[in-house]
Amino acid sequence: MAVDQAPLETSRWPSVFRRIDPAVAIAFGCILLLLFLGSLYSANFLSAEYLLQQLKVASFLGVIATGMMLVILLGQIDLSVPWVVAVGGMMACAATAYGPAGEALAIPFGILCGVALGLVNGVGVAYLRIPSMIITLAVNAVAQGLMVAYTGGFSPQDSASEAMRFLATGTIVFSMPNSLIVWAIIGAAAIFVLNRTTFGRAIYAIGNRERAAYLSGIGTQRVVLIAFAVAGGLSAFGGVLLAGYASRASQAMGDAYLLPSIAAVVLGGTSILGGRGTYVGTVAGVILITLLQSILSVMQIEEFGRQVIYGLVIIAMLLLYGRERAVR
Amino acid sequence: MTDQVPLFRMEGVSKRYGGVRALEKADLVVHGGRVHAILGENGAGKSTLIKIMAGVVAPDEGRMLFRGSEVTFPDPASANAAGIVCIFQELSLIPDLSVADNIVISNPPTTFGMIDRRAQRRIAEEALARAGGEDIHPMAPVKDLPLSRRQIVEIAKALARRPSILILDEATSALTAADVSKVFDVLRRLRTEGLALLYISHRMHEIAEIADECTVFRNGRNVATYAAGAKTDNEVVELMIGREYRSVFPDKPPVAPEDRKPVIEVRNLSWTDRLRGVSLVARPGEVVGLGGLDGQGQRELLLALFGVLKGVSGEVLVDGEPVSIGGPSAAKSKRIGMALIPEDRKTEGLMLPMSVRDNLSLAALDRLSHFGVIDRAAERSAVGEMIRLLDIRTAGTAIPVGALSGGNQQKVVIAKWLMVTPRIILLNDPTRGIDVGTKQEIYQLLRKLADSGAAILFYSTDYDELIGCCDRVLVLYDGAIRRTLVGNEITERALVASALNIATNEEGPGLRPAVRG
Amino acid sequence: MIDWRYRLAEHRGTLIALALFLVMFAIYVANHPAGFTANVVNTAANKGVLLALVAMAQTLVVLTAGIDLSVGSIFILTNCLASYIVAGSPMMVALGVLGVLATGIVCGAINGLIVIYGRLQPIVATIATGAIYFGIALWLRPFPGGADDFSSDLADALTSQLPGGIPASLVTLVVIVLVIWVPFSRSPVGRAAYATGSSEVAAYMSGVPIKSAKFAAYTLAGLLAAIGGLFLTFFTYSGEASAANGATYTLYSIAAVVLGGVSLFGGVGSAIGAIFGAFAFRTIGDLLFVFDLEPLWQPLFQGVVLLVAVSLGAARLFQIRNRLDLFG
Repeated sequence: MAVDQAPLETSRWPSVFRRIDPAVAIAFGCILLLLFLGSLYSANFLSAEYLLQQLKVASFLGVIATGMMLVILLGQIDLSVPWVVAVGGMMACAATAYGPAGEALAIPFGILCGVALGLVNGVGVAYLRIPSMIITLAVNAVAQGLMVAYTGGFSPQDSASEAMRFLATGTIVFSMPNSLIVWAIIGAAAIFVLNRTTFGRAIYAIGNRERAAYLSGIGTQRVVLIAFAVAGGLSAFGGVLLAGYASRASQAMGDAYLLPSIAAVVLGGTSILGGRGTYVGTVAGVILITLLQSILSVMQIEEFGRQVIYGLVIIAMLLLYGRERAVR
Repeated sequence: MTDQVPLFRMEGVSKRYGGVRALEKADLVVHGGRVHAILGENGAGKSTLIKIMAGVVAPDEGRMLFRGSEVTFPDPASANAAGIVCIFQELSLIPDLSVADNIVISNPPTTFGMIDRRAQRRIAEEALARAGGEDIHPMAPVKDLPLSRRQIVEIAKALARRPSILILDEATSALTAADVSKVFDVLRRLRTEGLALLYISHRMHEIAEIADECTVFRNGRNVATYAAGAKTDNEVVELMIGREYRSVFPDKPPVAPEDRKPVIEVRNLSWTDRLRGVSLVARPGEVVGLGGLDGQGQRELLLALFGVLKGVSGEVLVDGEPVSIGGPSAAKSKRIGMALIPEDRKTEGLMLPMSVRDNLSLAALDRLSHFGVIDRAAERSAVGEMIRLLDIRTAGTAIPVGALSGGNQQKVVIAKWLMVTPRIILLNDPTRGIDVGTKQEIYQLLRKLADSGAAILFYSTDYDELIGCCDRVLVLYDGAIRRTLVGNEITERALVASALNIATNEEGPGLRPAVRG
Repeated sequence: MIDWRYRLAEHRGTLIALALFLVMFAIYVANHPAGFTANVVNTAANKGVLLALVAMAQTLVVLTAGIDLSVGSIFILTNCLASYIVAGSPMMVALGVLGVLATGIVCGAINGLIVIYGRLQPIVATIATGAIYFGIALWLRPFPGGADDFSSDLADALTSQLPGGIPASLVTLVVIVLVIWVPFSRSPVGRAAYATGSSEVAAYMSGVPIKSAKFAAYTLAGLLAAIGGLFLTFFTYSGEASAANGATYTLYSIAAVVLGGVSLFGGVGSAIGAIFGAFAFRTIGDLLFVFDLEPLWQPLFQGVVLLVAVSLGAARLFQIRNRLDLFG
């Protein structure tokens, strides 16, 4: 068996560089290729403005995909993203109706609602041992039901607070969009947690083999619960940002984020079976998907063509590097 | 009794995997109506041999003759068609399908393209009857059957293919003594029907009971073939390992003084019908063996102590204080300091795709971190120390642990638990499937750990290990400790006799003389 | 004989689904203002049959331990296609129906080939193909609509009541079960599908044709989804590339499969159970109408019932005495 000849003391290199996944390299390569193809079409594609605008749009998906990645690393899936995103956006907007205090607490309130739904997911997966695909689906249905009942039965406030708008569209540092800074902070935290903490190590261990992780004395149920809660919070935070970006929250606002968030994580080299993947890869996947969507729309390809090309690109890239090993 | 032309003959067959020589110019002659035992250490080439016979892998050179004419098997189906059927070590039954479905799985009877359920049932009942499983209902789902019944179904499934050579690879490893004797009755009947049976087992007494002739493999070669009973067990073991056996084990210290305070004391531990009132003590410096046939509650005892089982009754005292251990994370805490080396390193001990470092530090992470943040320097030095201590041969700490050899993987599992500096070490058959060299290192390590004050509970399916390593052996039968052997009482004869729960006088009925008295 | 007990155990999931449906339907009918009339039954049948067909499709794939997240898209694609080509003379209509079914088969076969030979995880592979199929649907019907000479005769014949008040759609469903599911489940390839889903390794060791089993499952799933799309066209006389509809049917098909006693881990269950699961799920959704509650509460009610139903499965956890059994 070919074993790489790394010396024993390899750990001085940051883990980011130590094992560059071919998947991550290919994903970044594809980003460059897309930019190159785009620049042939219009020179604007390489302008700082366009790129910043893309990163700003990508940051919403990036925040949501961060939560999705935690769950996928565990070997699970979170199908409750669409309505948890909507709950985050709508509840944050709703809070703004309650005076200055409500306005101040709008963002944390939206996120907390997402955490609560994530906790239900987590209890179902970790303690009731319900397959994540079905419990998150049910929670999605419940969240939808809550929002439909809420918007229909009351007279809801659906416009975003100043703070939400500022977070999503404003700038503090130079012309860096605030949403991008938010994603950068969340991303840095994710990298730190995954690489440097016992919690991150436990996530990888559980994703590889929960049985062995349990026998190693890891509180696997607690870790799974927390991961789902964090994922719910991040989805809701994505919803808060989206509501700020659009100035208002709406029911279907999360629908367009379920499949792209899964695709971004998987294209970034994270195994859908869990236990393997880097956050840098997810960043690449998020940018890749955002760029692909943007280029397709700039080229004025109609919606149907975008869908088809989008699907084909995902399959082609996965065939390049996402294949399972052959049985024997 | 022996035919003139052998049923099957293999001449000069070799097989290499990469640079590793698995089989080197091996010869084998198999006659109908006989039980032919294949003996050898793990890695001696036994499994490669049967894989070649069963068409799973192709030989690099050499030829095979079946009923006198040369044959090649490109895939398992063609070997089956020729009449060579193998029962592999890992069960190949489909858990959610019924017994009958499983028996006809590779070739279900059909009419008009649909499965003929009546014909299927007939075939299944017939095969079950031949395999001695009349008590198994053909419609029962396999997942509801106990392991021993599944083994019978596995045999029935093989018989339904009408083999002329039946290969049994460790087919009795999951069976209790009563079931083994049932299977042997079946095998004897098949022998009189003229089948050739190739029997692979590590259990010397089983081979002595059933085999007509034996072939010993070592390092990919067949080193000896002899009529069963022509050699003493000692001679056979020396043929298998190629050197004096006794030197494998480190010296035992004089019997541990009884006056040391026990680290762990267990009183009247029971769990469902698998553990019945088990009581034991283990003192610092002691290696306490758990003996008996496989599946008599030894694994459950270790899991119960480690807090994995629910609904355990009885008392556990650590340092004389009653404790309640709710799970592995409580068990490994400083207060208790317990470690469990699990049974299956691939699914319970390691995360194969994760790095050597990540695997080694996993159990001890809370000691290598502050407020949940891993102290990388501390981790690096602790991991490096373990690699040196156990002499784990790895090209680095960043490579996946799955790339290491089986023996080194097992060392990683043990090292991972030594990192929590346990005082009570539970081992569940830790040397299964690893090479003699590593085994020897593990025995020495156990003794060293005991000498430094740990109490060790050591379950092994290998009698020689119990004899060589343990200060005391508790023999379990049907969930209860039936006998405790101390010091010189630990002999193969005593172990076998008490394992079978038969008369404990010096001459057990039907037992051959012990290897080492 | 104890045969019947094993038979009962084998069909337990299906029987529970049947019981659940009967209870729900009894409550529904008992409280319906019109009572148990042919019209009430016909409406319920027509609504249920669509989901039942898509759930059958999902069952086939789930039995092999896979998942098909593109069933909803195939359903929508074939609906859009049928709204064009199931029109004109009887001959043309017949050819049109065949064309629609063939399209479903091709879509399913593509899924199967990508999963088997591309060795991609079914979940990501079908997300991507689903996008492609939906894109094509969008190309066919950018706006909802139908052919002017749409065959309303055939449509009416298959959605109305037969003499005696029996819904024609229900009879068609029974025929489909007899023609597709019964032969499949009793054939060697169907047996192989169960075996593959139960334990792929053991199936391989036993010489089971894993690849043909998976291919058959995905292809037939495409066919069944296409029959569903055809029926949708018969109900609406038109095609609509609605993303929300596609996603809903995909997600509901999973819910119906689970309610129908089919294990998401593969190897256990039957399409008949999934059919009852689908009808039960539909009836639950309709219950609120007969109770005169605000229709706004319907999604929430449906979600909560789903959540409770999937949580009931956790009762088995109380029987587990060895915690390692939790980890499968």
